[in-house]
Amino acid sequence: MKENPYRPFPATITGIKAETDCEFTLTVAASVAMMPGQFFQVSLPKIGEAPISISGFGPDWIQFTVRAVGRLTNALQELRTGENLFIRGPYGTGFPLDTFRGSNLAIVAGGSGTAPVRPLIRGALDGTLPVRSLRVIAGFKSKESLLFADEFDEWRKKGEVLVTIDKPQEGWDGPSGLVTEHIRAMKLDDPADVQFVVVGPPVMMKFAVAEVRLLGVPEDNIWVSFERLMSCGLGKCGHCKIDSAYICLDGPVFRFSRAAGLID
Amino acid sequence: MYSFSFSLEEFSRVFDALGERYALSGPRRFPGKGRFSGTDLVKYAPLASFDELELDEKSGMSPKSLVFPPDETTFYFNGDEFTEAPLEDERETVVFLRPCDINGFRRLDAIFLENGGTKDPYYMRRREKLHFFMIECATSFENCFCVSMGSNVAGEYAVALRFDQDSVLVQVKDERFAGLFASGAPSAFTPEFVRENARNVEVPDIDEMPPELFLHPLWDEYDARCIACGRCNTSCVTCTCFSTRDIFYADSRRSGERRRVWDGCHLDGFTDMAGGYSFRKKKGERMRFKTFHKIYDFKKRFGYNMCVGCGRCDDVCPEYISFAECINKVAAALKGGDAK
Ligand SMILES: Cc1cc2nc3c(=O)[nH]c(=O)nc-3n(C[C@H](O)[C@H](O)[C@H](O)COP(=O)(O)OP(=O)(O)OC[C@H]3O[C@@H](n4cnc5c(N)ncnc54)[C@H](O)[C@@H]3O)c2cc1C
Ligand code: SF4
Ligand code: SF4
Ligand code: FES
Repeated sequence: MKENPYRPFPATITGIKAETDCEFTLTVAASVAMMPGQFFQVSLPKIGEAPISISGFGPDWIQFTVRAVGRLTNALQELRTGENLFIRGPYGTGFPLDTFRGSNLAIVAGGSGTAPVRPLIRGALDGTLPVRSLRVIAGFKSKESLLFADEFDEWRKKGEVLVTIDKPQEGWDGPSGLVTEHIRAMKLDDPADVQFVVVGPPVMMKFAVAEVRLLGVPEDNIWVSFERLMSCGLGKCGHCKIDSAYICLDGPVFRFSRAAGLID
Repeated sequence: MYSFSFSLEEFSRVFDALGERYALSGPRRFPGKGRFSGTDLVKYAPLASFDELELDEKSGMSPKSLVFPPDETTFYFNGDEFTEAPLEDERETVVFLRPCDINGFRRLDAIFLENGGTKDPYYMRRREKLHFFMIECATSFENCFCVSMGSNVAGEYAVALRFDQDSVLVQVKDERFAGLFASGAPSAFTPEFVRENARNVEVPDIDEMPPELFLHPLWDEYDARCIACGRCNTSCVTCTCFSTRDIFYADSRRSGERRRVWDGCHLDGFTDMAGGYSFRKKKGERMRFKTFHKIYDFKKRFGYNMCVGCGRCDDVCPEYISFAECINKVAAALKGGDAK
């Protein structure tokens, strides 16, 4: 076959960092152009393949932050530096960087939803995504389930970062409560002049977007990222389709005004 | 374009000559293999001779397996090495099929060759070897509603055939087959198309489905009736969904395969995600999802409806659920009429 879009290429693991007891970030060597919000189909031969978001990237490296929940992701947790991942991509539409450039950017992420938004935050930090202001609300179940905890202080140099856990916990003196409560408490000078990103589990996204709407942010300024079962990333397998949209092609990032009309 | 006429005996000889150069596939009867005891199964299969070609009954399964097999190896693994699975049969294939199925292939092409701007190479290598020999439909079969779907007429064929009691009429469009049929008596044959079906459906023609229709009570009856067997998906000539699975061989964990297998929107697990999330748990929601894809959202994307009205989903449903009736209910509900 001259061209086989299903054929992945090997990417060598150069770094592994444990985030929680079941989540970890892999750094692999690969020189591919990509955008925050896009994903790769990651696989191991004889084990399986799954879509994994880009949680960070540079000119010759990519990071994936993975939660071990099944066949492939458990096997990924066993890998060591120097071993290969097999990847194809990037796929999907990323975040609208042109719209975000120079904007007042607000990001609300829940749990593993922090992985796909992390490149936006890093872009704001390193100047590749210049923004007027940055506000981040990141919500996790408990202090044991924080992702990227060692970076929060660095993030705070660029903007206002609020990390919350669902319920107060011994040994945690930071904020608690669901992200929705913290969205409600936000003060926005001009809600129409904010670009709002909301990424997380389906239920969290639903309620978080409702709160953001109550702040007066127009539907067109709200951006969400969808997760659906995927088997191809190419618009062929049909798993990710909602209405006439294929999440792997037309998403995973959608403007909320479009996403609101998509009924599973 | 040339047309010829053959006696059955003459045609049988031409058929044999065709079989020497091409793999032949068409509807074939398997006695006693049907769904109910004492019934026969008709499905697409290799044909060794003309009398194996089943012309009296619709095939329960569509010819899509010729380009999209139910279970296909995409890669073989040796350690970490990926080797593309070779095509088992490199021969060009002649497939005997009816106009609705020719139009069905157009829909398969839309997904596998056009959607997202990538060509699926596994589909393409089979598709490029296919030549359509269209069987003229004298009358329509049970449950067909091709006329309502506008897929009763097809033009994309290499050869068209009319099978009469004692003759076969042939129109040759594709030059490469002209030589094979040159022995026939000249004829003025051009194929006719079915212009009416016993079953008619009213296909809604709307740009945006109102949100109320997604939650309409018309879907509720399918919650209880549909058993999620997925037969309507597997028999459908235009259902394209698949899942990817890796396996390793028991004797050596070093080698294995990546496969893609048919999947379907009526089946459990079609949307299961990590964290226990899944969508469309209710069967009625799955019926709604399939129906809208077939008669509404595919059209939004590609400009024509996906369903070709072959009626196979109605033929095979063990619960006697009629898709045709379902389309009519949607049309009625859209008009604000009684959707029951
Ligand atoms: C666009 C996109 C981006 C994504 N980004 C990320 C990311 O950055 N990081 C990340 O970790 N995930 C991400 N995911 C989710 C990830 O793709 C899934 O978690 C993946 O399918 C897991 O694959 P697996 O082979 O490990 O799990 P599978 O074995 O396929 O299991 C999948 C689901 O089935 C359940 N399951 C597994 N085995 C069983 C069993 N025996 N019985 C019952 N249930 C079972 C699992 O709990 C899990 O819920 C993303 C998904 C999408 C669509
Ligand atoms: S939905 Fe039913 S009638 Fe339409 S193409 Fe598929 S099997 Fe045929
Ligand atoms: S064939 Fe009938 S019972 Fe089976 S999944 Fe389809 S609609 Fe449901
Ligand atoms: S993941 Fe296969 S169609 Fe989108």
